[in-house]
Amino acid sequence: MSDNENDTVGSRRAFLSGAVAAGAGALTTSVAAAQTADPLITEIQPWAQEFGDGVDAARYGLPSEHEGDVIRRNVEWLTADTVSSINFTPIHALDGTITPQGCAFERHHSGAIDLKKDDYRLMIHGLVDTPLVFSYADLERFPRENHVYFCECAANTGMEWAGAQLNGAQFTHGMIHNMEYTGVPLRTLLEEAGFDTAGDLTGKWVYVEGADASSNGRSIPMEKALDDVLVAFKANGEALRKEHGYPVRLVVPGWEGNLWVKWIRRIEVTDGPVESREETSKYTDTLDDGTSRKWTWAMDAKSVVTSPSPQAPIKHGTGPLVITGLAWSGRGAINRVDVSKDGGKSWETARLAKPGEKMALTRFYLDTNWDGSEMMLQSRAMDDTGYVQPTKTQLREVRGLNSIYHNNCIQTWLVRSNGEAENVEVS
Amino acid sequence: PAFAGKIGLGRAALPAEIAAWDGDISPDGTGLPVGSGDALIGEEIFADKCAACHGDFAEGIGNWPKLAGGADTLNHDDPLKTVGSYWPHLTTAFDYIKRSMPYGNAGSLSDDEVYAIVAYILYSNDLIEDDFVLSNETFFDVEMPNAGGFIIDDRAETEYALWTGEPCMANCKDDVVVTMRALVLDVTPDQVEPA
Repeated sequence: MSDNENDTVGSRRAFLSGAVAAGAGALTTSVAAAQTADPLITEIQPWAQEFGDGVDAARYGLPSEHEGDVIRRNVEWLTADTVSSINFTPIHALDGTITPQGCAFERHHSGAIDLKKDDYRLMIHGLVDTPLVFSYADLERFPRENHVYFCECAANTGMEWAGAQLNGAQFTHGMIHNMEYTGVPLRTLLEEAGFDTAGDLTGKWVYVEGADASSNGRSIPMEKALDDVLVAFKANGEALRKEHGYPVRLVVPGWEGNLWVKWIRRIEVTDGPVESREETSKYTDTLDDGTSRKWTWAMDAKSVVTSPSPQAPIKHGTGPLVITGLAWSGRGAINRVDVSKDGGKSWETARLAKPGEKMALTRFYLDTNWDGSEMMLQSRAMDDTGYVQPTKTQLREVRGLNSIYHNNCIQTWLVRSNGEAENVEVS
Repeated sequence: PAFAGKIGLGRAALPAEIAAWDGDISPDGTGLPVGSGDALIGEEIFADKCAACHGDFAEGIGNWPKLAGGADTLNHDDPLKTVGSYWPHLTTAFDYIKRSMPYGNAGSLSDDEVYAIVAYILYSNDLIEDDFVLSNETFFDVEMPNAGGFIIDDRAETEYALWTGEPCMANCKDDVVVTMRALVLDVTPDQVEPA
């Protein structure tokens, strides 16, 4: 391609005008030759001559201003207001697996509250030997663990049950983040309060609620509470962000995000589930016959191609193309992701950037050579339980259209020959 | 573990502290406070504190939740899921309203006010007569229409067997046709451009 030397500066305009597609001809198999010298190389640039910022310029830095599109987005029409609402992680623009906290999605039911560590209290009571109150400082004195887990909203992809609706991976799959948490096992805190009163723990539950007005109370069976649930106070190395539960939240590996109670203030050991609003009216999944599933806690294996995608079109023309995306499973580790370019007629097994970790995001790549023809891109995750991510048709055959939650269907992006991509459904 | 047994952190919670925070009400009525109210009293409170969002008849305004209606719609397209048509337990309504409503002024209602509001919501759903007094004594006289409408997660039985094993890799279908397009709906927020 003769305009190769202008790729970085000219690609957006070229893409928008369709010039790239028009110029896409034979695949280049060797490096193209420049026709004229690149002034970015031959002329001394200001950044190579003058000073940059001093070390005092940003005491806590933000991303480069040139990354202004890598931000959380709200979809106004989804909810009545922004206080009990959702926003979306810009997964189309991220790579690797760790979600930067500053653009990791939020879901509140009565807003992101401001709760100081000094004002923080955590109560454990109910069927325990000694009901206890912990301060924040107390929590930091318990033995800690570190784990990376995804937090996926039960409603992620929920707007797509009835059809292809929102045009971008951020909007269809961005109710998710993946962080390295530091915290205390819930088991440790429960043991501190003592189990003799509860006796046989079989059939016992914990009810957890937040300090916010919505409370977000949820019931968790004791088996899970004692297994891998964390009471976390750090994420990605630093304190939780206010909007993610500062100073303390619950981390419930593999299970729907609603259970990850933020600003957690109370843990009650109970004989049975409370059947709170968030596990009856909400987070229950209505089937075709009008009955509804309750306690659908685990998030099943799922994946999405993050690039190319509607917000991340191909701007570089034909030739080498990195197809990449994320896969995850609430039941174990991802051990394989297949990618299709033809809407599921044929599949190639992608490369995992690292071996999948249990209940954490896994990055996959398919390095390919794009000839400029239309693609219908799909990805299909498999986890170490042998479960294969289903199509939307398969899900609908079991559940119908009204489940709202737990849509882990295979996503299709129609990539046109000009590189633009669209959210579609295919036969 | 480095510590065998208890570590000795925290302090005993006082009864008054537990009472202040322990507001949850179980489906069997555990936690339900003494009190009462009827739909006529509830109608006035509802008009004053709830109707601006939920409508005079609990029918909902705009995008705000509808609390009444939707009977027998759960197996339809776009079912209307309200306290009357969907919620399995009335305890959940009391618990949630008492703890988290009114939206923006949560926890401000007395127990009697909550009983009255719950009674008004039941009345709006045609589930009680207007002279029915809802109290901790009569609470379970009310039959919730969808009480039997829930099953425990059955994905292990209904789904996993269908979706395990080696998947198709080649010649999986003859034809692929685009059947739906998001751009036709055009409801996605505009792209943000980098600086």
